[in-house]
Amino acid sequence: MSTANDELPLLVAQGLTKWYGRRLGCRDASFELYEGEVMAVVGESGSGKTTLLQLLSAQVEPSAGQILYRMRDGSTADLWSMSEPMRRFLFRTDWGYVHQDPKLGLRMGVSAGGNVGERLMAVGDRNYGAIRAAAADWLGRVEIPESRIDDTPRTYSGGMRQRLQIARNLVTAPRLIFMDEPTGGLDVSVQARLLDLLRRIVSEMRIAAIVVTHDLAVARLLSNRIMVMKDGKVIEHGLTDQVLDDPHEPYTQLLVSSILPA
Amino acid sequence: MAALELSAVTKIFTMHLQGGLRLPVLRGVSFGVEPGQCIALTGPSGAGKSSILKLIYGNYRCDQGQILVHQGDEIVDIAGASPRQILRVRQRALGYVTQFLRAVPRVSALDIVAEPLVMKSVPRETALARAAAMLRRFNVPERLWSLPPATFSGGEQQRINLARGLLPEHPILLLDEPTASLDANNRAVVVDVVRERKRQGAAIVAIVHDDDVRAAIADIAVDVTHFASAA
Repeated sequence: MSTANDELPLLVAQGLTKWYGRRLGCRDASFELYEGEVMAVVGESGSGKTTLLQLLSAQVEPSAGQILYRMRDGSTADLWSMSEPMRRFLFRTDWGYVHQDPKLGLRMGVSAGGNVGERLMAVGDRNYGAIRAAAADWLGRVEIPESRIDDTPRTYSGGMRQRLQIARNLVTAPRLIFMDEPTGGLDVSVQARLLDLLRRIVSEMRIAAIVVTHDLAVARLLSNRIMVMKDGKVIEHGLTDQVLDDPHEPYTQLLVSSILPA
Repeated sequence: MAALELSAVTKIFTMHLQGGLRLPVLRGVSFGVEPGQCIALTGPSGAGKSSILKLIYGNYRCDQGQILVHQGDEIVDIAGASPRQILRVRQRALGYVTQFLRAVPRVSALDIVAEPLVMKSVPRETALARAAAMLRRFNVPERLWSLPPATFSGGEQQRINLARGLLPEHPILLLDEPTASLDANNRAVVVDVVRERKRQGAAIVAIVHDDDVRAAIADIAVDVTHFASAA
């Protein structure tokens, strides 16, 4: 990768807006995301965080605005100008999407190894031994014992399912990963383990990530940058520690001051 | 030429939850730090000493004025820099050591200390070896290195934080009470390392309450009371 390419953003959002009929989902979101950057999107439920994530990951078509993505060959493509199969290919290979509910991101009736291997097969891998070895390697990296490779995620705990979902997403070495409340619904101790894992993997692989969370502690631990959303609009953005330690907008001040001390 | 230069820096907090109360903290902060120089910020608590360090680090947003960081031919104004620029300056040039360690669950003391070097693309093995040497220097017992510091004593956590902050040899160092709650032995280690960094050409801004330590490391004292906004 040349340095010149490093200077170009991986993803550019310009004026992203989504109306559901007359109801606003998200209005005029614009930002740039660079390789290796982790951006948190925070705000209360209904603030438009998830709509924004669905827009950015091309699961929902924007009512206005555009998303530019720098492809592996260095060219920049407008997501909604490319063909549907191309978008889906991108989603399967270059991107990852971690759902809050692992059931939505996993095939619950398929073995753990199969769940991880499936993504590899989607990019053309056919060698069974290599696929199984890669799956075993990734299970190890997310701290799932190899002895559980043939079990289905139905037999897994919530924390293990979430880690399996992460392995499934990362096995194709994506450049961008979307996460929707990745630690939501997990016990605090399980959360800590998952956060540490995510933090380590994202920095080792230099993956760019967009993490939606309502938990400011999660945002602080995982992200370099943060966007605060309210009523469908981005009301404040900047460095994570800057926005959390010196919030300017009334709503952000309210959010920060509402954290209960541990 | 100064490595770090503040001119007419002003900071006002607006507290929206208190009816938009405006809290002026600092006004017209101006000083420069040369490579190899250590400036001590002095003044009573509440005068805004820590706020100045936070402004330089980009942790607080600067309302007015300039905070120029010189890196070779490149000059970055932290007051107007993008998040990406600030992150890059922090990674390459700015070290910030506070009294408090922000420990990440499950990450070992050794890895916490080595992390800033790894971020600077130092090979992992080298980073770990240098982190180990630094921990040894700060008298952190080897049996603690592989443990996450969340359960360590206050003094141990602080020494790990110091080792982490002082290891990367940044050209600019910000020290916020680096010796608070340390014993005489470890205070001497801090003085030793800070002097070493000065000889290597680091520009340092420090808040030190201990008079002996301050006398041992600082070249110039800047009284922050001058900059405190009249309330």
